Amino acid sequence: MLAQQLINALTLGSVYALFALGFTLVFGVLGVINLSHGAIFMLGSYMALLLVSSFQMSLWMAMLLSMLACGLLGVVVDFLVLRPLRQRNAPHLAPMIATIGVAIMITNISQGIFGAENKRFPFGTIPEESFSLGNLHLTAVQMAIVVIAFILMLVLLQVMRRTQIGRALRAIAESPKAAYLLGINVEGLFFLTSFAAAALGGAAGVLVGLSFNAISPFMGQPMLHKGIAVIILGGMGDIRGAMIGGLFLGFAEVMSVAYISSDFRDAVAFGLLFIILLVRPSGMFGRVLERKA
Amino acid sequence: MLEWWDGFWAIYSTVIFGIGINAMLALSIYLTLSCGLLSLANAAFMGIGAYTASMISMQTALPFPLALLAGAIMPAIVALIIGIPTLRLSGVYLAMATLGFGEVVRVIVLNMEITGGPMGLNGIPQKTEWWHIVLLLAAILFILARMRRSKTGRAFEAIKEDEIAARLMGVNVGGYKLLAFVMGASIAGIAGGLNAHYTFTIGPGNYAFENAVDILTMAVFGGTSNLIGPLIGSSSLTLLPEFMHSLKDFRLAANGLILILVILYLPKGIWDPARIRNFRKKLTSSSSGKVS
Repeated sequence: MLAQQLINALTLGSVYALFALGFTLVFGVLGVINLSHGAIFMLGSYMALLLVSSFQMSLWMAMLLSMLACGLLGVVVDFLVLRPLRQRNAPHLAPMIATIGVAIMITNISQGIFGAENKRFPFGTIPEESFSLGNLHLTAVQMAIVVIAFILMLVLLQVMRRTQIGRALRAIAESPKAAYLLGINVEGLFFLTSFAAAALGGAAGVLVGLSFNAISPFMGQPMLHKGIAVIILGGMGDIRGAMIGGLFLGFAEVMSVAYISSDFRDAVAFGLLFIILLVRPSGMFGRVLERKA
Repeated sequence: MLEWWDGFWAIYSTVIFGIGINAMLALSIYLTLSCGLLSLANAAFMGIGAYTASMISMQTALPFPLALLAGAIMPAIVALIIGIPTLRLSGVYLAMATLGFGEVVRVIVLNMEITGGPMGLNGIPQKTEWWHIVLLLAAILFILARMRRSKTGRAFEAIKEDEIAARLMGVNVGGYKLLAFVMGASIAGIAGGLNAHYTFTIGPGNYAFENAVDILTMAVFGGTSNLIGPLIGSSSLTLLPEFMHSLKDFRLAANGLILILVILYLPKGIWDPARIRNFRKKLTSSSSGKVS
């Protein structure tokens, strides 16, 4: 029974981690809490659904395309909303409030277009196979989620660690001004970061759409709250922290539902967030940031 | 004349009540913002006030003013308790912590017997009269206006501009922040109590993240550099839906767009005295230029 719970926790946790990855990337590089990340995640789900049901596309193709579309949307948001604020050197909270506006717009427009009710992938899209080992059950979807999430996480981690772009991004995270003076194309990398973050958010959206098979315009908000809890758990702006924080939250949630009560499922995330903020605001892996705001 | 008024009141009283209550909420977040704190907990404090006042009205025979008073004190106590550790955080960390607190409150209310759980409380006696709102709003405005000109108000201003400099000048930063947080919670609680006794039904969904954002939007839209901003922000955003019936389903999207545009183009809100002064100066200088 415990092993089964662990599998469930791993699935949930890798989705949280994948979602939080983009979120933390934007904070690390741009220094912005992008609260439209949840809305973009939701659009990723719808996009895949649309491609699968209206264009009879294969699921993997649809996932790739919806990641691409979400990434482009992320760049558009960056260009139209965040860039003007950067240029004006707006105080810390302005971009956060502006992205709340973006999230409201995306959510409301999607609700207008797609309707408020839950949608699901057409029958047969999702592989029904499951693997049994003793009394352990692992569905193909669960496996795909864990594998895809881990591949994307490792790719991002390696890019950040070993490539020129990764080095440049880390330089920007230290100080955009110094990076600019060193000849790094800061604006270009900001766009790239926004693209990658939104694409990862979109991927998380598709995976969540698959695993719960209930897609609604409002699925972004609770996920966003979980994402906030995850990046605070792991340390804001820290990629490794987002991965471990995501897995940890998934674990904590599944265990509390299994062994305590399902009523307080959502309180687990925020209880954790609250405690971490009080005890160690920089998170499990974060460095102690100088106080900016 | 009287008939006209009766008709008008029958149709628009809800909107007018809404303006008054939203004005209080916008002022509650203005108070914390004026001390440099972005708190997203005001919706939760509104909820605590609303539930406290309603439960007293429904389960005891205490008069309405006492219920309302409890609705103001309870959130203040909670704010005091969570404020002492939380307010050490700054900027986005504080915003996240208060957001987390709001969610915790929502989940607790959702799972308690006494609050009616997800069904909320129904049949709260309808006791809020229009003059209650006017009177309390006026009192809040009076207190805040006096505070702005006092030592406390100047301390808030100093903390908002530069916390470290303020601390070096001997300002008790932690104490003033806590004061702003607790007073803001109390004002939000009053608004909650008044609102609950007007709409006679409340639920945990009424005080969630979306509502915190609505309150923030009103304050940011109007401008938070003085007291007039939040009033203008709350009344215009409460009236806006009345003029946007044609947008129907996309009404909220318009709200989002407004929020973005204001942050981008009017970072200090629509009521920004400095900008208005500059504009006037430009007008007078250009017209005097023509004369000479």
